Amino acid sequence: MTELTELSIHKAHVLLKKGELSSVDLTQAYLDRIAVLDDRIHAFLAVTSDQALVQARRADERRAQGEDNPLLGIPVGYKDVLCTKGVETTCGSKILSGYRPPYNATVIDKMEAQGAVMLGKTNMDEFAMGSSTENSGYGTTRNPWDTGRVPGGSSGGSAAAVAAQMAMAALGSDTGGSIRQPASLCGVVGLKPSYGRVSRYGLVAYASSLDQIGPFARSVADAALLLGAIAGHDPLDSTSVDTPVPNYTAALTPNLKDVRVGIPTEYFIEGIEPAVEQTVRIAIDQLKELGAEVREVGLPHTDMALPVYYLIAPAEASANLARFDGIRYGPREQGNSLWDTYCQTREAGFGPEVKRRIMLGTYALSAGYYDAYYLKAQKVRTLIKQDFDAAFGQVDVIACPVSPTTAFRIGEKVDDPLRMYLSDVFTLAVNLAGNCGISVPCGFDENGLPIGLQIIGPAFGEERILQTAHAYEQATEWHRRVPTLGG
Amino acid sequence: MTLSQEQITHIAELARLALTDVEKARFREQLSDVLDYAARLQEVDTSAIPPMASVLPVDTVMRDDVARPGMPPEQILANAPDQEDNMFRVPVILE
Repeated sequence: MTELTELSIHKAHVLLKKGELSSVDLTQAYLDRIAVLDDRIHAFLAVTSDQALVQARRADERRAQGEDNPLLGIPVGYKDVLCTKGVETTCGSKILSGYRPPYNATVIDKMEAQGAVMLGKTNMDEFAMGSSTENSGYGTTRNPWDTGRVPGGSSGGSAAAVAAQMAMAALGSDTGGSIRQPASLCGVVGLKPSYGRVSRYGLVAYASSLDQIGPFARSVADAALLLGAIAGHDPLDSTSVDTPVPNYTAALTPNLKDVRVGIPTEYFIEGIEPAVEQTVRIAIDQLKELGAEVREVGLPHTDMALPVYYLIAPAEASANLARFDGIRYGPREQGNSLWDTYCQTREAGFGPEVKRRIMLGTYALSAGYYDAYYLKAQKVRTLIKQDFDAAFGQVDVIACPVSPTTAFRIGEKVDDPLRMYLSDVFTLAVNLAGNCGISVPCGFDENGLPIGLQIIGPAFGEERILQTAHAYEQATEWHRRVPTLGG
Repeated sequence: MTLSQEQITHIAELARLALTDVEKARFREQLSDVLDYAARLQEVDTSAIPPMASVLPVDTVMRDDVARPGMPPEQILANAPDQEDNMFRVPVILE
């Protein structure tokens, strides 16, 4: 029999249903693997072993009573940006150390209702700001394919946990690429849903007009299952859209005869690593062989996405992070006045990248500069969305790279914010326009590091991107490769 | 463009961050770089383009004005660094 930690959710479901496997055994196998491997990877900030086994036993009881759904008893990890009732939720920040939320995020409630088992909370860049997980206040996560390299970010812990088979799947959040980029760098599937598809209630807010929660998995079919479980309207998030959740699994067909794929010329630019470009172009040829009609499309404002993002996201962040002041939660640095207490608490609690973005956002919103920076960025954002709307008038999905590089070395870009920001140059525009996007493994570079193919769909076009990614995945072997870690 | 030392101090004050001098010097340089990069936005003609704050149409969401169960005070205060009589305790603001 295959190692339990190699099973897909679909295969584990079959075994659980037949009674050949219990959730307790499956969960224990994952906890054992975490115990052996996570000292080297540091994907988890907290492993909730006792609670996981209680949930696993409960899942086995529910199944014994005749309940059956594909996530019942499946062990998963949750990015530490998601509030979990009574379980420490730090968002990768010292300013939230010790914080135990009094409630669950809606996605956590939904996963629990389905019977999923929480293995623990995964590491991340502080407040989801970063592309390498090096900005975590609690140490860097390492890439399972090369532990001298970053896993990407900000959801690096979730991506690494799934890649290293320390979780069957995981949830992360994506504001400018924080699911797709680490999925690409770790060789797993990662999906950012359309803005409004998944409730953000209980997600610690970074940039509210861009944030979305989405799944990491080892196959497109598993990602489809998770998306179906977490999607849908929530009265507690007024930006979640009240539109029916389709059966995403039913969208997974083996050919692409009715799919028109657009290739944006602006996404194959200088600065992209040759192996990435070559690999993605071969993948696009394969889409053609699967029956897709491939044509070029224009997204003329692509080079404006990065400056727009780095004004809008920090502006929203500077407002969202005003709540961390040492009064209601987190540690307090007592100053000699209330004002001084705020300033000292925030100075001690936030790391360098978070301070940098708060400063940038505060400046962009300040009197005298608002029109030149924030308002201007919002106008160019309109143009970026119009580009996508026009492209999706001609094609069903867009295919392009996820990130211009494969996993880079730990420490390589930490002192050069602008260079680090370029990691997300192909993913940011999707958030600005509210579209959905998926990263699916499509090959490796000369160092054996994974490369992802990004498939972008219009808002609420998740079925099409899942269909395209699934057909590609089933026709290739990339997703079957796993890093050699022992354990 | 280069931000002045006074501007950095003013922004830090607005952001309620007690930055050290080393941080101020570093952020002055790094923020100036990012703002230089962002200056390319000025090349785009947006005279006829409306700003977009959200990709979704803004709707006011209404609900019936009926009481619902809330969280007990102990639970809300459980994470507070300092509390007294079911309230958050803060340093004195008026002598």
